[in-house]
Amino acid sequence: MSAGQPPLDSPEIRRLTPVIGPGYTYGSVTDKISAIVLTRPTSLGWYIGFLIAFSVMGMMTVAIGWLIMKGTGIWGINIPIGWGFAIVNFVWWIGIGHAGTLISAILFLLNQKWRTSINRFAEAMTLFAVACAGMFPLIHTGRPWMAFYMFPYPSTMGIWPQFRSPLIWDVFAVSTYGTVSLMFWFVGLIPDLATLRDRSVKKPMKIIYGMLSMGWRGSARHWHRYQSAYLLLAGLATPLVLSVHSVISFDFSVAIVPGWHTTVFPPYFVAGAIYSGFAMVLTIAIPLRKVYGLEDFITMRHLDNMAKVMLATGLIVAYGYFIEFFMASYSGNKFDVFLVQQRLHGPYAPYYYALIVCNILIPQLLWSFKMRHNVAVLFFMSIVVNIGMWLERFVIVVISLTRDFVPSAWGRYSPTFWDWATFIGTMGMFVTLIFLFVRVLPAISIAEMRELVAETSEDEK
Amino acid sequence: MRHLHRSHIYGVMGEFGDPAELIHAVEIIRAAGYRRVNAYSPFPVEGLSEALGLKRDMVSTICLLGGLAGGIGGFFFQYWVATTAYPVNIGGRPLNSWPAFIPVTFELTILGASLAAVFGMLALNKLPQPHHPVFNVPRFTHASADRFFVCIEAKDPKFHLAECAKLLHEVHAHHITEVSDD
Repeated sequence: MSAGQPPLDSPEIRRLTPVIGPGYTYGSVTDKISAIVLTRPTSLGWYIGFLIAFSVMGMMTVAIGWLIMKGTGIWGINIPIGWGFAIVNFVWWIGIGHAGTLISAILFLLNQKWRTSINRFAEAMTLFAVACAGMFPLIHTGRPWMAFYMFPYPSTMGIWPQFRSPLIWDVFAVSTYGTVSLMFWFVGLIPDLATLRDRSVKKPMKIIYGMLSMGWRGSARHWHRYQSAYLLLAGLATPLVLSVHSVISFDFSVAIVPGWHTTVFPPYFVAGAIYSGFAMVLTIAIPLRKVYGLEDFITMRHLDNMAKVMLATGLIVAYGYFIEFFMASYSGNKFDVFLVQQRLHGPYAPYYYALIVCNILIPQLLWSFKMRHNVAVLFFMSIVVNIGMWLERFVIVVISLTRDFVPSAWGRYSPTFWDWATFIGTMGMFVTLIFLFVRVLPAISIAEMRELVAETSEDEK
Repeated sequence: MRHLHRSHIYGVMGEFGDPAELIHAVEIIRAAGYRRVNAYSPFPVEGLSEALGLKRDMVSTICLLGGLAGGIGGFFFQYWVATTAYPVNIGGRPLNSWPAFIPVTFELTILGASLAAVFGMLALNKLPQPHHPVFNVPRFTHASADRFFVCIEAKDPKFHLAECAKLLHEVHAHHITEVSDD
């Protein structure tokens, strides 16, 4: 601890950066959060933002429509680079989702109170990111209408999926992840949907929220089982989230391609996923708290903590890059050594250097207390890390596939307009879903905020 | 107090502004010998389950069974596919290549356990249930916002409307109301 800065647990610092602003009651947190959905008029800014996002999503629809008409030849993929953007974007989006589960499940098990005001929209972000991610392998199959072949069902052809293949593991990991994330999110929403049912004035809203809340009435007997179920879900989602990106890393590491076939992949993919996910949570949280005046709920303490998680996971990722180098040179495998040289000097070297700058160098600014408390810097940093993590997946997929064992199998890859249109289009879809979410559902868990009010008022007594 | 003359009633309800008052009231009501008592709160109140004398719930058992079903079923399904339904000879390697089945077995364990936990919780809570007598109380909309309610149900063998209302009054409940059962 440096001189001049009080210890982080001191009452002074806690007062300066609380997890909830002072003076809130059960009623006022309920009013403030539910008002965003129920009484606040839809602003012009919301319509403009939604329209832009929806147009970008429209571009994705066109790109996918064209893909279905023409086939995957409209993309930049070729032999040997069969994976290209589809897999890069798939891994990137799935990774982004991981922070939501980390915040909602792992921080819940660790009893971190600061998660309360960010878990709801972080979980929503998880769901939307998984939706964006899931689209890529689906359209990458070339015949997405045959995607059900990946699921085991008794077909008249008598064939079954190959359960020894990491690509089938992926199907199970991602669909389980999507299902469990949806249930976790929905179970958390039930009490809040009941609040919206009881507070909405218009009849259609009352009916819709009423049906969704399933008749929740806050009975102590219900809460008793609800808490058990929620705790169990948190306990199940924790190993699940670690397994999902591990399984995705198996898609690479089970193959014997140089640069992929390493044991460091699972932990380093998981750390990278959490890294990019926290960056995305910051990218969403910073404008959200500003636009809806939620600075008392999403305080500097939250932003500071998220920045610290980013710094820590970023260092694990940096360690992963180092180990890749080390293992290549220590093993003496000439293909691995060659691949490392290609990263540094090959045709895609600029991407590698950009990745190092985005993922390792710039985030070191987060060591500084001042930087972590500068919202503009944090927002910039979150964008930089998202770009960096996307570049990481690009480097992993493209460099290894363009430079494997024999020069006759080497190739080059460059994305086409349709690759970019699909990728940017999924961002439009993600933002569209976020816009709809903050408009029709409480972006912060109201029930958990009341619990936080109860706990903080006990602390003061 | 309203409608005390009516015969078809679900119970008597009182309202509190603070979780501590709620727990205190529940303890006194239970000490007076009432057993069909329930409380309603806008968030899970610590210590309320103990005050109501709720037993360990079944959710974790159901969750365990779901996880076992998912895991064991998932593994042997893959075993059956790989050895019986669709055996593929890959360079003479064993058909039961069980280490390769572990990732899917793991995912299906989690899936089974999670589905069981969520649907088990909803089933035990008898949700979805669109209507319930407590919704007849106009002020009950506050149960999802900032108020805490306790209800002594008419099914309680000791139930007597006037006495229950008096007891609620003694524990300083506000807005003591009869809950009609329709």
